[in-house]
Amino acid sequence: MKIVTAIIKPFKLDEVRDALTNIGVHGLTVTEVKGYGRQKGHTEIYRGAEYAISFLPKLKIEVAVGASVVDKVVETITATARTGQIGDGKIFVSPLERAIRIRTGESDADAL
Amino acid sequence: MKLLMPRSASAASILAGAALIALAGPAFAGNDPTPHPGDVAWMLTSTLLVLMMSVPGLALFYGGLVRTKNMLSILTQTFAIVCLVGIIWSIYGYSLAFGDGGGLNHYIGGFNKLFLKGVTASSNSPTFTPGKVIPEYVYFAFQMTFAMITPALIVGAFAERIKFSAVLLFVALWVTFIYFPIAHWVWGVADPNALVDAATQLAAAGDETAKAAAQAKIDEIAGNVGWLAGKGALDFAGGTVVHINAGIAGLVGAIMVGKRIGYGREILAPHSLTLSMVGASLLWVGWFGFNAGSNLEANGVTGLAFVNTMVATAAAGLSWMLTEWLVKGKPSLLGLITGAVAGLVAVTPASGYAGPMGSIILGLAVSPICLFFVEFVKHKLGYDDALDVFGVHCIGGITGALATGLLVNPAFGGVGITDYTNLESFVGTYDMAAQMKAQATAVVATLLFSGIGSAILYKVVDIIVGLRPAPEQEREGLDIADHGERAYNY
Repeated sequence: MKIVTAIIKPFKLDEVRDALTNIGVHGLTVTEVKGYGRQKGHTEIYRGAEYAISFLPKLKIEVAVGASVVDKVVETITATARTGQIGDGKIFVSPLERAIRIRTGESDADAL
Repeated sequence: MKLLMPRSASAASILAGAALIALAGPAFAGNDPTPHPGDVAWMLTSTLLVLMMSVPGLALFYGGLVRTKNMLSILTQTFAIVCLVGIIWSIYGYSLAFGDGGGLNHYIGGFNKLFLKGVTASSNSPTFTPGKVIPEYVYFAFQMTFAMITPALIVGAFAERIKFSAVLLFVALWVTFIYFPIAHWVWGVADPNALVDAATQLAAAGDETAKAAAQAKIDEIAGNVGWLAGKGALDFAGGTVVHINAGIAGLVGAIMVGKRIGYGREILAPHSLTLSMVGASLLWVGWFGFNAGSNLEANGVTGLAFVNTMVATAAAGLSWMLTEWLVKGKPSLLGLITGAVAGLVAVTPASGYAGPMGSIILGLAVSPICLFFVEFVKHKLGYDDALDVFGVHCIGGITGALATGLLVNPAFGGVGITDYTNLESFVGTYDMAAQMKAQATAVVATLLFSGIGSAILYKVVDIIVGLRPAPEQEREGLDIADHGERAYNY
């Protein structure tokens, strides 16, 4: 089992979600986050006081999947979240030790 | 009373005979004039409008400009100041500002109206038109709302870093020692009815002795006024009394309280420009009570002040927006609403004196001046006037007070000078140099008295309760530290 964590542009969420549903991924967790990579922030000015906004709003999507479909999930997210512009985000894949569905107590592959 | 003062009553030439006096139709003070229902209704409406400027107008305008953790503190400070000053005004403020100061009448009113002594439902206050009056309770309430909003303006300068107890103590002292005297200096003017009566006696005087006696009476009435009013300073609705006064007190406060923790390093951006826009809009609407209400009657000059308030504000909002667009590359909402407030401030002293085109020029001119102070001077000098009380109110007030001296000129579309001893038309002589000197005197006197006086009061408050909260309380936010509440619980 793997956990795929993707940081994407907020407006890409629906596209990514639809694409993941189409390849059979039926659950994901979304968190609103702020951060920065290579993308520069922007400047906001309030009555002459300039603020460099370097932490930009992004969405973090977390999907727990079986090892067999990880590559497909990564490809799907990469393809749908891409705009070609700086700031499209990153995908991280990490091992997942256990998973449990609370309602039934099922674990690991059955719980995904 | 806020009345147009004759610049020099004693020098006025009395052209009118008894027949002309009848034409002018002055009702003499002795004739016991009755308030007109239309005037009363308008003045009560104006009073409500000015209250609306403070709460919720100013509270939301300022509140939106601070960080989320200090929103509730601004709302509480503004609301509490309105309540506190309302009580002070009723007990002794009205008496000190508009009572009879006797031998000290040039500088301060007296105690003759303490606890509203002698003010009843049947007592009246004069207006601008000889023979017209409004109920004294109405004038008292109208002026009360001015006393309420003026100290509330100050708190924007040291927002986000002041103890609530310090705010209350400072405001109580400040209205007592600074606001009431200055209001008396500028608005403690002669009763036009008394001037018309004396001028009528002068015109009717048969021999030299009677003439001299009548002239002495005129001089006595015209001389027994607040000293700035006596100098002929014009301030229709509070450019000096309200805006320069609060603005300089704000600057001194910002410096003496010190900068906010993180000033210049952390993001101190407004938490809700939406609410600031709502507040600024309420200020604009309420300001018609402030300016057009200051005519004390409902007539053509009220309409003039209303129109001036509308166009100067529109011009200044536009002018700030365009200047910013040009200089910074983007037209901001905060710039637009700040410009509108600067326009309102600038037109305040001029509102009943200037013409509409003069007011438009004033509005266009004031925004770049204030913007220069807010964006450049403040950062250059490094003081933390958090919500630009000095940059907008003091600088805008100075601009408006000086411009009033020019815009009152009939040649520039202004209404000219009133002279109640000229029974033919009540028109006085406009002298630009003398008028500008009077305006400059009022500006400088207000700056010095309020600046130095406020500094002393801040020091007193610092010694008694302390001005600043502990650093950890400031970091936590004044909402929790001072009031144990949050503005927002989502």
